[in-house]
Amino acid sequence: MPLLDLAGTQVEVDEDGFIQDPASWSEMLAAALAKMEDVENLTEDHWKVIKYLRTYYQQFGIAPMVRKLCKETGYDLKAIYELFPSGPAKGACKIAGLPKPTGCV
Amino acid sequence: MAKESKTPLLDQLEEGPWPSFVKEIKRAAQKKDSAKDLLGQLERSYNDRIGHWKHGGIVGVKGYGGGVIGRYSDLPEEFPAIAEFHTFRVNMPSAWFYTTDKLRKLCDVWDKHGSGLTNMHGATGDIILLGAPTEELQACFDDLSDIGFDLGGSGSDMRTPSCCVGPARCEFACIDTLNLLREVTLEFQDELHRPMFPYKSKIKISGCANDCVAAVARSDISVIGTWRDSIQVDDAEVANYANSGLDIQSEVADLCPTGCMKWDAEAKKLTIDNGECNRCMHCINVMCKALRPGKEKGATILVGGKAPIVRGALLSWVLVPFMKMDPPYTEFKDLVRRIWEWWDENGKMRERLGELINRLGMRTFLEAVGLPPVPQMVSMPRANPYYFWDPEEVK
Repeated sequence: MPLLDLAGTQVEVDEDGFIQDPASWSEMLAAALAKMEDVENLTEDHWKVIKYLRTYYQQFGIAPMVRKLCKETGYDLKAIYELFPSGPAKGACKIAGLPKPTGCV
Repeated sequence: MAKESKTPLLDQLEEGPWPSFVKEIKRAAQKKDSAKDLLGQLERSYNDRIGHWKHGGIVGVKGYGGGVIGRYSDLPEEFPAIAEFHTFRVNMPSAWFYTTDKLRKLCDVWDKHGSGLTNMHGATGDIILLGAPTEELQACFDDLSDIGFDLGGSGSDMRTPSCCVGPARCEFACIDTLNLLREVTLEFQDELHRPMFPYKSKIKISGCANDCVAAVARSDISVIGTWRDSIQVDDAEVANYANSGLDIQSEVADLCPTGCMKWDAEAKKLTIDNGECNRCMHCINVMCKALRPGKEKGATILVGGKAPIVRGALLSWVLVPFMKMDPPYTEFKDLVRRIWEWWDENGKMRERLGELINRLGMRTFLEAVGLPPVPQMVSMPRANPYYFWDPEEVK
């Protein structure tokens, strides 16, 4: 697995840049991951989404479905893409330190 | 002495008179290392009897959640040129009509950014561009946009809709499948590019019940062209068929699934009881000069078709027996939105529309989309006339 130098620490990530050990996540790390996903600054709106994703993941062990994410955070999908240009799975989940969602092709 | 082949197993697939993907990849390998490594890995897979692509992978382009599928080799050291070998799904034009100029431009873009290998077309109907490294994805997408192409669907979104050739080349088409497809694609751009559903959702459009895109077997929402008046009959042409040796009794009347035809061999007269006809197209296919679909044309909307994954395969069944299909297709678009709304609200992860209807019941579904139950929704209404009414409605 490749190592990435994020926020001054070496972190193990997979080929898509998802961190391998969820426990290694920190807010500093999130900011570093965000830059890889075209998010320059994490605003309050970003944090609301990230914190929701983390809380849900810690409770259920998976990422929430997109509809639930939109309902619970109050952002529609368009707003989510404006916050995270690479989308909720590749963008938001990665920054929130969740394991890579296993979507279907 | 001839040089020993590095791919003896793949070489066998070049034998025979038919086209061979091995031949094509070998041609591409003269230009691209990625194609060369692809051959190497495939040969290795045949030897090892296991695929050497990793499972999953999330890649994409800005603003889109679908359209690019991540592919990584699990032997990146051995085959470095295909360590990243992502797939683009590119939305095809209605009924796959291209100019050669556009195809050349498409291939130029793909030669520049990817392996040069294409699959025209994938099962969803998209143009499949096979094999680009991660760093080329955005640039390739930008160049595709510049020549007028957009990405198709992937993941839990509306997959790229597809249609049969329709009135462009076929006299049986009861609806303008090409225009409807374009309208549907443009209307549902969000749903196509930004996955939001419990799972994939497919819309396919056929101009008649011959169903040349296999919409009933392959799509959650199937649109099948039909008519609601009577089959048009040209008696003189019917007689010509009989005179030229067609056994109308055994090849047409006896094969009619509803038995709605009578053939009078003496008078050379075919009588159709149109009230019993289920618009299957068999008689029209056999006697296309004599019989034609009726004049009042539209479409039947069916729901629930899918291939097996979570549950077994389903064929779509009738939801709306007849809907006029004229631009801007507002009635159809509204219905699709109501269906998706209910499915998205109630569906479990990876549950297709047909499976959800089976789980929660047709009555619940019909209430949600605001349609009344009608006999055409029952597969054999004469043998099984039962419908479970809401107790409130029969008080």
